[in-house]
Amino acid sequence: MKKSEQFRIRLKELLNSQSLAALSTHRAGQPYASLVAFYAADDLKHIYFVTPKTTRKYANLAADSRVALMVNSSTNNTSDFHQAISVTGVGKATEVVGSESEAILVQYLAKHPHLEDFARSPTCALIGVAVEVYYMVKNFQNVMELHLEP
Amino acid sequence: MKRILSAEEIQSGDRHRVGGKGYALSLLVKRGFRIPRTVCITTDMYREYVRRTGLRERILLELHRKDFKEMRWEEIWDCATRIRNMFLIKPLPEDLAREMCDGIGTLLGERTVAVRSSAPGEDDAQSSFAGLHESFVNVTGAESILKHIRMVWSSLWSDAALLYRQEIGLDVEESSMAVVVQETVVGDRSGVVFTRNPNDEDQGVVESVYGLNQGLVDGTVEPDRWIMDRFSNKIVVHTPPERKYWMIPGPEGVRLAELPGEKSAHPPLTTQEVNFVFKSGCNAEELFKMPQDVEWTYDRDTLVLFQSRPITTLRSHKPKDERVWYLSLHRSFENLKKLRRKIEEELIPGMVSVAESLIGTDLVKLSDQALAVEIRERRETNQKWVDIYWADFIPYAHGVRLFGQVYNDAVEPDDPYEFLDLLTNTGMASIERNNMLMELAATIRIDEHLAAKLKQGDHTNLDARFLSRIDEFMEKFGDLSCAVTGGKNCVLGTGPLYRLLLEMADHPSRNGVRKKKNRISRLHQNYLDSFDDDQKERAEEMLELARSSYQLRDDDNIYLGRIEAQVLAAVQEARRRLEDRAGDQASEVLVQVLAEADFGSENQKASSGGKPSGVRYQARQLIGQPAGPGISKGRARVIHNHSDLADFRYGEVLVCDAVDPNITFVVPLASAVVERRGGMLIHGAIIAREYGLPCITGIPDATTLIQTGDEITVDGYLGIVTIGDTGI
Repeated sequence: MKKSEQFRIRLKELLNSQSLAALSTHRAGQPYASLVAFYAADDLKHIYFVTPKTTRKYANLAADSRVALMVNSSTNNTSDFHQAISVTGVGKATEVVGSESEAILVQYLAKHPHLEDFARSPTCALIGVAVEVYYMVKNFQNVMELHLEP
Repeated sequence: MKRILSAEEIQSGDRHRVGGKGYALSLLVKRGFRIPRTVCITTDMYREYVRRTGLRERILLELHRKDFKEMRWEEIWDCATRIRNMFLIKPLPEDLAREMCDGIGTLLGERTVAVRSSAPGEDDAQSSFAGLHESFVNVTGAESILKHIRMVWSSLWSDAALLYRQEIGLDVEESSMAVVVQETVVGDRSGVVFTRNPNDEDQGVVESVYGLNQGLVDGTVEPDRWIMDRFSNKIVVHTPPERKYWMIPGPEGVRLAELPGEKSAHPPLTTQEVNFVFKSGCNAEELFKMPQDVEWTYDRDTLVLFQSRPITTLRSHKPKDERVWYLSLHRSFENLKKLRRKIEEELIPGMVSVAESLIGTDLVKLSDQALAVEIRERRETNQKWVDIYWADFIPYAHGVRLFGQVYNDAVEPDDPYEFLDLLTNTGMASIERNNMLMELAATIRIDEHLAAKLKQGDHTNLDARFLSRIDEFMEKFGDLSCAVTGGKNCVLGTGPLYRLLLEMADHPSRNGVRKKKNRISRLHQNYLDSFDDDQKERAEEMLELARSSYQLRDDDNIYLGRIEAQVLAAVQEARRRLEDRAGDQASEVLVQVLAEADFGSENQKASSGGKPSGVRYQARQLIGQPAGPGISKGRARVIHNHSDLADFRYGEVLVCDAVDPNITFVVPLASAVVERRGGMLIHGAIIAREYGLPCITGIPDATTLIQTGDEITVDGYLGIVTIGDTGI
C-alpha cells in the first residue's frame, strides 16, 4: 500500500474517531482559537462544523476565510507524547447554504445527533472548510503532509 | 441474556435489571398471589435505546444546561418536558422494536395492557417514592405500547424525579428504567391498602372506589376509607364519601363518569371483603418484611394485586420543603375544571368588585384616623387576595402544562412548545392595557400641539377628551409609575406616564403579533385529528381550558394589581398629608400606619461588583433558555427598580430579574427581553411571544453581568445573549 494511502486511512480513522476540533481564525492580525464539533466528508476534502452567527469565530471568518483546524487523539497522559496523533488541516471556509446544506447537515447530525436543535437553529451557520493541506504529526515530531487537489 | 422476562422468569439476580416493581411482582406471583399477566422490559433495553438514538448525550446536554441548584421548579419542569419530547419523537430502532413486540406478544398476545415504570433501586423504603414516574393504563396495539414504553422511560427524568434526585440517587450518567407491561384487568371495584397508617402505627388503611383506581390515585374520585386495626384485622372506623363518580376504561386510557345510582348507595366492598383485602396486604408486608402500599382490584370475586411497594410519601421531614407544593400543582383535568368554575364565577368577579368598591371611597374626605383604618383594612383585603392567588390562581395557571403534555403526547411535535401557538392572542388584560397606551400615543403622534405641550412638561390646559381618556386608563389599570406589584415609591402625578406615551408616539406602533391564521387552524386541526372521534370533544375542552389558564396567568396579576393599587392610593394620600403638614402637625396615627406597612424605599441593587485593579472580568456570551424565537440587537436597559422603567427607550433590550405584569407596558418599546428568572411560561416569555420578540429566560446574574447601555444581541432560537460586537 502506498504511503499516501496509509496516510489517508490513518487520517480518516482519526477524523472519524474524534468529535471536536480546535479551529483557528483571525481578524486584524489577532489569531483566535475555538472548539467546534466537526464532521469530515468521506473524500476528506471538506470538514464541516456549525456555529451561531453571533460568535467571534463567525465574525472572524467573515473578515478572512483562511482557517486551520486541529484534531488530535491525546488523552492528557504522558503516553500522548509517543502515542497521540495530531492532524492540522488548513484551507478556506465558506458558509454552506441552499440545497446542498441539508444533505451535509444530515451527515453531520448522524455523527452528532445530540446537536440537532442547535444545528438546525436559523441563527446557526453551517461552515465548510475546503482543506488544501493536512499535516499529520506522530511519533513526537514526525510530520507528514497531504496536499489535496481542489 | 433475555431482555424481556415474564414475572415468573425473573430471578433474584435480575433484581437490578427489572426494577423494584418488576421484582416485587415476581415475588408475589411466586408466593401465590394473583397478579395480572406481567412482562418486564429490562433496563438493558433502555440503555441500548438511548445509546443508539443519541438521546443519552442529548439528555446529558439538557441536564447540564444550568446548575440544578440555580433552577426554579418551572425550569425543571421545562427540562423534563423537553426530555419527554425527545423520547416521544424518537422511535425505537427497528430491531429493538421487533424484539420488544415479539417478547410482549408471546407473553401477552393482543391484550390491552397497563405500562408501568419500574425504577431500579426503588424497592427499598429509602428510595421508594410514589408518583415520581409515569404509568399508563388501557393501552392497546403494538405501536401504542411501544410509545408508552418510551413515555415511561422518559419519566426517569420527570420533574418530580429531578426534584427528588438526591433522595432517589438519580444519576445523570448511570440511571436507567425498567418497564412492567401488564394485561389490563378491568375490575369493578379497586383501591389501595396501606398496611400501616402513617398517623398511627397500630392501624392500617383500606381505600376503595368503584371502577378503576386511577381516580383514587389522582384524587379525582373520593374513596370509601376504612381504618383497620393491624392486630385484630377489624374495622376501627369507616368513612364513606359522597359517591358521585367513577373511572371507567375509555377508548384509550380512562374517563370519568357519573356513578350509577344503585352503586352510589353502597360501599364498594363488603365487610368481609375489606377484611380480606387488608389481610392480603398484611401477607404482602410479611413477604417484603416492611409495611406495604398495595394497589388492587376485584376481578369479579377474585382479588388481583397490581403492585406492592414499601410505604413512603413525598412528605419531607424538612420544614418548608417547597417541592411538595410544586408537585401539588400537577392537577387532573377534572380538578382544573372545578377550579376554573370557582375562579371565573366566584373569584374574579370578587376581585373586580372589591377593587371597584375601594375606588369608590373618597380618601380625601376621610379623617386621619379613618384613613389609617382604611389603609390597614386595604392591606388586609389585599393579603387575603394574595393568599387566594397562591391557593387557586397559581395552580390553575398550571393548566397550560397539562395541555402541553396532552398536546405533545397526541401530536408528537418536533418543538415541545408548539402548543403555545394555540394559546396566544387570547385577549390578555396586559395586551388590552398596552393597546390603550398605544392608542393614546397615536393621538399624541398626530397632534403636534399636544405633543409639544407634553414635551415641555406643561400638563395644564390639556385637551379635555385626552385627559378623560387618561383618567379612564388610570382608573382601569392604575398609575403606571406606582408599579403596583413590588414598587413602593409612587411618583405622584402623570409625568412618567406622559414620558412613556411620548416615547411611544415618537416611534412606529407595535401591536401584538397576529399569528398566521392558517398556521393556527392547521395546528388546531392537526391536534384534533390526533384523537379518535369519541375523544375529540374532550380534546377541544382541554384546549379551551388551557386558553383560559394561559390568559389568566397574566390577567390574575392585573386584577390583583388593581387591589394593590388601591392600597397604594391610600398610602399616597397619607404621604401627601404628612408632606403638606411637614413637621408641625404630622399625624401620629398616619406616621404609625405607614411605618407598619413598611412603605420604605426600594433597595437599590448594586449594578456591578467591586473592580479589582489590573484585570477586567466580563461576560461575552450568556446561555439561558430560548423562550421566544427570533434574533435582535439593541442597547440593554437593565431594570433594577421600577423607577428605571421611566428611562426606557424604543429599541432597547429589556433586561430584568423578573418581568411582572406591571413591567410589561414597556414591552411594545423593546426589541427583545432577557430575564434572570427561568421558564417558558413566565410572564416575560408570554408577553414577548405576544409581540413576537426574541426572549431568553433563566440567565443567572443577567442583571449584574449586563449593564445598561451594553450593546447586546439576543438569539431567541438558541437562548444566547452576546454582549458586545457580533457583526450582526
